[in-house]
Amino acid sequence: MRHHTPYAGPALAATLATGLAVVGLATLGQRRARQRDLVARHPDDAPARDRRAAPPGPRRTGHAVTINRPRAELYAFWRDFRNLPKFMTAVEKVTPGTSGRATWTIAAPGGSPVDLETEVTEERDGELIAWRTLPGSAVEARGRVRFRDATGGRGTVVDAEVAYDPPGGEIGRWVAKLFQREPGIQGRRELKRFKMLMETGEIATSDNHK
Amino acid sequence: MRALTWQGKHDVRVETVPDPEIVNPRDALIEVTSTAICGSDLHLYDGVIPGLLAGDILGHEFMGRVVDVGPDSTLRKGQRVVVPFTISCGRCYFCEKHQFSACDNSNPVAKQDMTEGLYGHAMSGLFGYSHLTGGYAGGQAEYVRVPFSDIGPIVVPDGLEDDKVLFLSDILPTGWMAAENAGIEEGDTVAVWGCGPVGLFAIQSARIMGARVIAIDHYPRRLELARQLGAEVIDFEQTSVLEALMDMTGGIGPDAVIDAVGMESHGFGVDNVMDAVKQKVGFGADRGHALREAILACRKGGRLSMPGVYGGFLDKFPLGALMEKGLTIRTGQTHVQRYTADLLRRIGEGEIDTTFLISHRLPLEEAPRGYANFSDNQNDWTKVVLKPR
Repeated sequence: MRHHTPYAGPALAATLATGLAVVGLATLGQRRARQRDLVARHPDDAPARDRRAAPPGPRRTGHAVTINRPRAELYAFWRDFRNLPKFMTAVEKVTPGTSGRATWTIAAPGGSPVDLETEVTEERDGELIAWRTLPGSAVEARGRVRFRDATGGRGTVVDAEVAYDPPGGEIGRWVAKLFQREPGIQGRRELKRFKMLMETGEIATSDNHK
Repeated sequence: MRALTWQGKHDVRVETVPDPEIVNPRDALIEVTSTAICGSDLHLYDGVIPGLLAGDILGHEFMGRVVDVGPDSTLRKGQRVVVPFTISCGRCYFCEKHQFSACDNSNPVAKQDMTEGLYGHAMSGLFGYSHLTGGYAGGQAEYVRVPFSDIGPIVVPDGLEDDKVLFLSDILPTGWMAAENAGIEEGDTVAVWGCGPVGLFAIQSARIMGARVIAIDHYPRRLELARQLGAEVIDFEQTSVLEALMDMTGGIGPDAVIDAVGMESHGFGVDNVMDAVKQKVGFGADRGHALREAILACRKGGRLSMPGVYGGFLDKFPLGALMEKGLTIRTGQTHVQRYTADLLRRIGEGEIDTTFLISHRLPLEEAPRGYANFSDNQNDWTKVVLKPR
């Protein structure tokens, strides 16, 4: 049987307040406990770039995409660096040099293009290409792209990752230009455009004009 | 060219805009001969789907003649085609599984971020249906640029006039997939909420698949159309739906339920009034009275098929009933390309007629009047077909 009492309002408020306080304290306690736990945890199997707390050192960003094409074809297309501007919108041109070196011409919004020298540091045919900017470059960065067969005949998993020093000063300006402020978003979009180009032969657009 | 553009809530206008051109190698340009206003266009008209910009060209049900093709299109100039509202590349994992509306490659990359934030993944591009689905210009226009024209458009013989095949673009396959998603078995009773175009085609399809069908709506004209398709009907304004469905199924409940209403449900329940208020003030996107009722009505272990469009979040969702009764849900935007060839054959053989639905034919210039009436006079305006010329 329910009955009404004139004190229901304040009593309810007091109960709620107490409840909130208890929940708040409990949450704080849990968070502390979780932080303590983190110290003792073994690393899990996820890529390091997905850690909640970024490890010390250069910042990493990267993404994986599954492309419904053979590994060798994707590798060959990527390894011919002249193809990269076809899906990397910020890159105007890549000019291959000798012994794995290349010059990247980056479109700088509102200014003249910027050149960046890179060299390949490791490559395994059909599997991996790693590169870094040459010492003295405006941006210090290194990256690698890995190709492996997807399960169930789904094609190839392409996993690209870039490590760079957190932006600041002159370097920050270059990095911002390179990655259009959000390296994560830019990288993800580039991989998706790569996928579109390789799977469909074109890059989707809803523009009605060229 | 002339095209119907969205300008804001309840404000659509026919304006002169630049003609489209071939942009990508697999494109085709279509000169539109017939285009329809879809029930889901009313969600755009009512401003309850996010991601529209003033000036966007609406329309995703259209057909016409090919007037130009890119080098990699398989179409030829002069062919008559019906164009699926889902844009699909035909080459990705999902297209190869015939899950065309999940195509990885047709939603432009920059447009995918918004949907990924909202849904976790981006779906295929759709014609004329907001920038969440790619921002593609729609078909309520004189001309349309059709990407991946080697995969989507289906060539129709000249002997079949537009009215007979136009609905292959969306609502007929959508109704068919809704019935297929109901997993109909022998002796099944299927209840269908909403006798709009999709609901009616779901009824027609479920009848072909051998089900007994009970249709629920409140517009007399639409209930009459449902009855003509072989359904028994419930008018929710005169009858208590849950009790009636139990009585009409011997206390079991329908074996499968189809929500062909979606996010702008009508109804008298307190839940619906609250949803409507929240939708009005932009607080919670979806109204779900029909869906809630369908879940409660469905028999234990039954199937829930949801062709109705939802965009965001729904509260007071009877998740407990769904889980405890062990229902199976199947839903999604239609994989149009999966069904067009089979349905075209059924139309050609006279098994399926879709022309009964069309209540009004208007010149494109009168499209705004078509929207207003399709929205406000739902009893009599069951389907509007627009003619650009």
